[in-house]
Amino acid sequence: MSSQAVTQTRLVEVRQNVLKQNDIVARELRQRFHHAGVYVVSLVSSPGSGKTAFLEKTLALLRPKFRVAALVGDLATENDAARLARSQVPVKQITTGTLCHLEAAMVRSALDGWELTDLDFLFIENVGNLVCPSSYDVGEDLRLVLLSVTEGEDKPLKYPTIFNTADMALLTKMDLAEAVEFDSAAANANIQRVRPGMPVLQVSSKTGAGMNEWLKFLASSRRGIL
Amino acid sequence: MHELSIAISIVEMAEEEAARRSAHVSAVHLKLGALAGVVQAALLSSYELACEGTDLEGSRLLIEEVPIVVYCPACLAQHTLGSPQRFVCPECNNPVSEVIHGRELEVFALEIQE
Repeated sequence: MSSQAVTQTRLVEVRQNVLKQNDIVARELRQRFHHAGVYVVSLVSSPGSGKTAFLEKTLALLRPKFRVAALVGDLATENDAARLARSQVPVKQITTGTLCHLEAAMVRSALDGWELTDLDFLFIENVGNLVCPSSYDVGEDLRLVLLSVTEGEDKPLKYPTIFNTADMALLTKMDLAEAVEFDSAAANANIQRVRPGMPVLQVSSKTGAGMNEWLKFLASSRRGIL
Repeated sequence: MHELSIAISIVEMAEEEAARRSAHVSAVHLKLGALAGVVQAALLSSYELACEGTDLEGSRLLIEEVPIVVYCPACLAQHTLGSPQRFVCPECNNPVSEVIHGRELEVFALEIQE
């Protein structure tokens, strides 16, 4: 080769979605879920907003009528899975290590050994994080974003992306609303600003307030996919 | 901080394409939507890390920001939004929820040397 050789630089079009691999797996999962008749809900929120408590309550209330199971993402501990196992439903922990979100492939491997046709509902609790999980589809039918009253009404404006990618918002710890002077109307207005038309429910996992409405919503949504 | 895993995916994608064409990649052009949930500065530094020890070491990541474009059912037109904090039509003030652009996270071109 001559030292005079000129390297040609040219631009080639590629057009590839960076998260293509995740999206493909998520699509496969969604098909498997629908085929098996499982309605899948994922929960996203900041750490400490009450995802596990809400899930505990939901699992306990659904269990008499439906076949339910849960996958729980956590960075390092298995505490949440241990808590949820008390509801006596199948629970599996996905320990993500340093990864700040769940990916579709992690959900797929966690499902190994479970017969999906044995389930009516599957809940996927994501890692507590309001940023990273927003980019990853995990094959869910409903992405639920939780906002606890202690976090402040402006959370949706600070983290618009995760609220925008969610299908429904849940205001949690409503039993503390008065004590922390939480303004539900302002929170709701902020949610509507970043995601117009998003349904919002108010719940308290402690007192059970709002849980009936949530269960009704779940039951009718599941009928919708069947 | 999921930018590192995204940077690794970008590098892997570019490496694959480079191998297929038996070429060397000197730059990656990326479209990044304002609603993609990715922080540009974090992605740029993660990209350098992800390139280390690969054929892409020394390559550049060129990011084209994609603003949020929504469809307004009241004006029957597409509009660009200035902020992800206000999904309201800039023309008629109606709430808008249909996102046309802004979720992009796409490698759209590579600069290659053959």
